[in-house]
Amino acid sequence: MSDLTHSTAAELAAKIHAGEVSSVEVTRAHLDRIGAIDETVHAFLHVDTDGALAAAQRVDDDVAAGRPVASPLAGVPLALKDVFATEGIPTTCGSKILENWIPPYDSTVARKLRDAGVVVLGKTNMDEFAMGSSTENSAYGVTRNPWDLDRIPGGSGGGSSASLAAFQAPLAIGTDTGGSIRQPASVTGTVGVKPTYGGVSRYGLVAFSSSLDQGGPCARTVLDAALLHEVIGGHDPLDSTSIDAPVPPVVAAAREGAAGDLRGLRVGVVREFTGEWYQDGVIAAFDQAVEALRGLGAEVVEVSCPHFDYALPAYYLIAPSECSSNLARFDAMRYGLRVGDENGNSAEQVMALTREAGFGAEVKRRVMVGTYALSSGYYDAYYGQAQKVRTLISRDFERAFGDVDVLVSPTTPTTAFRIGERVDDPVAMYRADLCTIPANLAGTPAMSVPAGLSDDDGLPVGLQVMAPALQEQRMYKVAAAYEAARDKAWGGPLINRVPELEVAAR
Amino acid sequence: MPNISREEVAHLARLARLAVTEDELDKFAGQLDVILQSVASVGEVAAQEIPPTSHAVPLRNVFRADEPRPGLSQQQALAGAPAVEEGRFRVPRILGEEA
Amino acid sequence: MTASTADVLDYDEVLARFDPVLGLEVHVELSTNTKMFCGCPTAFGAEPNTQVCPVCLGLPGALPVVNGAAVESAIRIGLALGCDIAEWCRFARKNYFYPDMPKNFQTSQYDEPIAFDGKLDLELEDGTVVEVGIERAHMEEDTGKSLHVGGATGRIHGAEHSLLDYNRAGVPLIEIVTKPITGTGARAPEVARAYVTALRDLLRALGVSDVRMDQGSLRCDANVSLMPKGTTVFGTRTETKNVNSLRSVERAVRYEMTRQAAVLAGGGEILQETRHFDESTGSTSAGRRKETSEDYRYFPEPDLVPIAPSAEWVEKLRATLPEMPWQRRKRIQADWQLSDLELRDLVNAGAVDLVAATVDAGATPNEARAWWVNYLSQEANTRGVELAELPITPAQVARVAAMVADGKLTNKLAREVVDGVLAGEGEPDAVVAARGLEVVSDDSALYAAVDEALAAQPDVADKIRGGKVQAAGAIVGAVMKATKGQADAKRVRELILERCAG
Ligand SMILES: [Zn+2]
Repeated sequence: MSDLTHSTAAELAAKIHAGEVSSVEVTRAHLDRIGAIDETVHAFLHVDTDGALAAAQRVDDDVAAGRPVASPLAGVPLALKDVFATEGIPTTCGSKILENWIPPYDSTVARKLRDAGVVVLGKTNMDEFAMGSSTENSAYGVTRNPWDLDRIPGGSGGGSSASLAAFQAPLAIGTDTGGSIRQPASVTGTVGVKPTYGGVSRYGLVAFSSSLDQGGPCARTVLDAALLHEVIGGHDPLDSTSIDAPVPPVVAAAREGAAGDLRGLRVGVVREFTGEWYQDGVIAAFDQAVEALRGLGAEVVEVSCPHFDYALPAYYLIAPSECSSNLARFDAMRYGLRVGDENGNSAEQVMALTREAGFGAEVKRRVMVGTYALSSGYYDAYYGQAQKVRTLISRDFERAFGDVDVLVSPTTPTTAFRIGERVDDPVAMYRADLCTIPANLAGTPAMSVPAGLSDDDGLPVGLQVMAPALQEQRMYKVAAAYEAARDKAWGGPLINRVPELEVAAR
Repeated sequence: MPNISREEVAHLARLARLAVTEDELDKFAGQLDVILQSVASVGEVAAQEIPPTSHAVPLRNVFRADEPRPGLSQQQALAGAPAVEEGRFRVPRILGEEA
Repeated sequence: MTASTADVLDYDEVLARFDPVLGLEVHVELSTNTKMFCGCPTAFGAEPNTQVCPVCLGLPGALPVVNGAAVESAIRIGLALGCDIAEWCRFARKNYFYPDMPKNFQTSQYDEPIAFDGKLDLELEDGTVVEVGIERAHMEEDTGKSLHVGGATGRIHGAEHSLLDYNRAGVPLIEIVTKPITGTGARAPEVARAYVTALRDLLRALGVSDVRMDQGSLRCDANVSLMPKGTTVFGTRTETKNVNSLRSVERAVRYEMTRQAAVLAGGGEILQETRHFDESTGSTSAGRRKETSEDYRYFPEPDLVPIAPSAEWVEKLRATLPEMPWQRRKRIQADWQLSDLELRDLVNAGAVDLVAATVDAGATPNEARAWWVNYLSQEANTRGVELAELPITPAQVARVAAMVADGKLTNKLAREVVDGVLAGEGEPDAVVAARGLEVVSDDSALYAAVDEALAAQPDVADKIRGGKVQAAGAIVGAVMKATKGQADAKRVRELILERCAG
């Protein structure tokens, strides 16, 4: 393992821009690392070796010629979730139905990364169409958690979180519809941020649930996440729901937070996020984190958000409903898989045969649940009622943020569970998103920062910090302050405690 | 509250264009039932006077100028197609509305 | 049970037993530069799949953005129809699978149309005015076009496979829906046609669409039902599609009335279904029956934000409304001093715009009307085309009229010039030159012809000299004949009197 793969993005950027190391060297180190261990971890679905080296070379050329670099992260490698369209590079969304699909266009996030000189190493594994909390729903095999290879890396963005924890990339991009950035971050001991809905363009992000999906940065440190946030954030005229406002000053907030002073800040602990589904070790780690915040000068109070109890059911009506419509376009007519075009089968039959063969069980379940919830006889009782619950959850947030600056909770009720443990119990699987979903429903920002290891199984726990819409700087400041205090308490970054992975024979 | 029969699953699968197998009908009937039971609690919330939220951001009137933008070439458009003929997407016979 | 399509009831008997109820849904393709939700051009006739992008092809990840000009057109249409404009409305997704629809949902408006509750007054041929209530006008997008290969006639039925072109997919559409139209009795088919005609004229005046039924930029679906006389409960309706001309609107409604009446009279039931109009037979036939009932699972489109037109914006758009066809007709009647009958003939001939343009080009209203309503209407009838489709322009007609006024052409010659223009021989002046049609205005040539005629009919010449001036007519006729009609008869008469004078 080289120093290059264990460096933060900020450190790598500084060295590359100063000419101390080339982006090509950094990129090669990460490609080598992927080559050595990805057979074990399986974080990547596609590695773009040539594209990555070419992008790195362009940054090195800029540095050599004394030209200004394209962005503060120019030359730094990144792992991109395979849900973003990338021109000329396969995009599968973890689904058989898009096997070998090569988009003729770039998502806005991919374009911004390229424009910023960020080196995209490849596309990461995910639950099919981002539906899942374990990455077990990928059509291309499971991704393993570098902390314990028998456990899940979270989901849907398990490929992105695992690539960070396995030191295959210092940066990654995820998408968060119900927790798919934060929960994987939590169970892999990494940082994951869901920005305010509309803060990062969804153009080219293959939709799961349009009103909830939000792309965001993933990293091993809060500062790295902030740097990436500023690269991918901002208004996009190609996304009607994109907010036309400057990106909140998250890098400055992360730097400010690292000084470790939270005096004058009011932190609310959400009373509803505890109970029978919560692992003891998670609660203990969370309580310690809250104590740490107090130690940094924050005032901690308990707040109640009574409708958060209904967030999970509302989410599992809204998301499937929207997905049933969003996934209708996968019909074997224009792109992707086609099955059964023989024996005089009609277009309708070919559509049904293709979707049956091309979608996995979880996607089929959600498509059918959504079809049910939108049906005329059930609309008011299900979809309509869920939309009202959504209003009530937003009001709970508003009331809480009238009293406190940020809210905190465990990111997910348990540490990483074992692969296979919940595959046949969808409802148990859904509970992984218990604490993350309210922020998706309200469109507010939230992030997960590692909060130590659970004392019952030694696996990472995540602290979730939530802020009001467009106030990301608040949560970055709190997370950065906590991160610094935690590293001090643990005698170094938590991520360095990931067990050494067997390097496959080459 | 919900009690999803095999027949209802078959109906939903038809609406959603999923050629599910007999085994799946049994499996999904049970699972959809459990899922719908577990989400039915949204109905417990008294929300008669509450307006629904369809969008998380309070944006209005987002429009584009009526100016052409470059799109895809025919070749790009058809590149991912399972079958192509005469510059068009070739698809199996369509059971139409027309007699 | 269903009656066979051949079973129809005599029209008079239909009316003796039933009252028809109409509902008309008109789809108008807007003539914006770009599509409803993407920047692809909307022009007709391009190579297949060359006016497409990730958005209108429904590629994974692509997102729609509303064309502001399409919203303005929708609001202007709503205002012209006297509708209320929604203070707040949204797009919705209408979910159903069909290969010509790239996303397998149509982005449309459902329970929140941008315009609602208006009316349109129409005038039937005999001058009767009928007010048709407008339920709503809403925005949506068009589908792609399919070409059916194999099978008998390129029709969908029996085809082996189909070929799809998405150039039209996403073109902005406005759907305009009437309230139920009742109480029209025997005139229901005529009212249906008059409604579509009036709507077409209004949309044309607004300049929002090409309104070409033959190209599909204006399409009409006709809902027809019958209720037994004396009752007020509407019967089951059918929706007839593929009605591609004004005449077809009338025929389709009439056919459905007679067909439904036959079914009902035979004790049968009308099935709520979509029917297909066949231009060649003038009849309708049932579409494929769906095995599952239609459930479009509408929900608000999450990728688009609500539209909330401000009062200022709406008023600004109201100020851009042109003179409406009915206002224009009133003004024209006053300006041109037309009787009600004359106005009606003008309107029924579809000649208002053409006559007005001819007047603008310098002709008097009477001359212009005479040409278009009388001479050219007949020509259009003979050719079986719309008046406007004749290969002659108002400017050309005005030029011919000017030459008549200047005495350069007689009326007879003028008709020959017009025929020449219609035959593609070029501008009126070129036709005059090529055919040698100009009036003989050289007096010396005329003197010779007059002298010759007088010499040929000495008895008539004597009568004139004897003071019987009216006898000059015979000599005028002879001169006109000799000059093949190219002389100015008034001048000829003057010369005859001069020769016969003292
Ligand atoms: Zn387009």
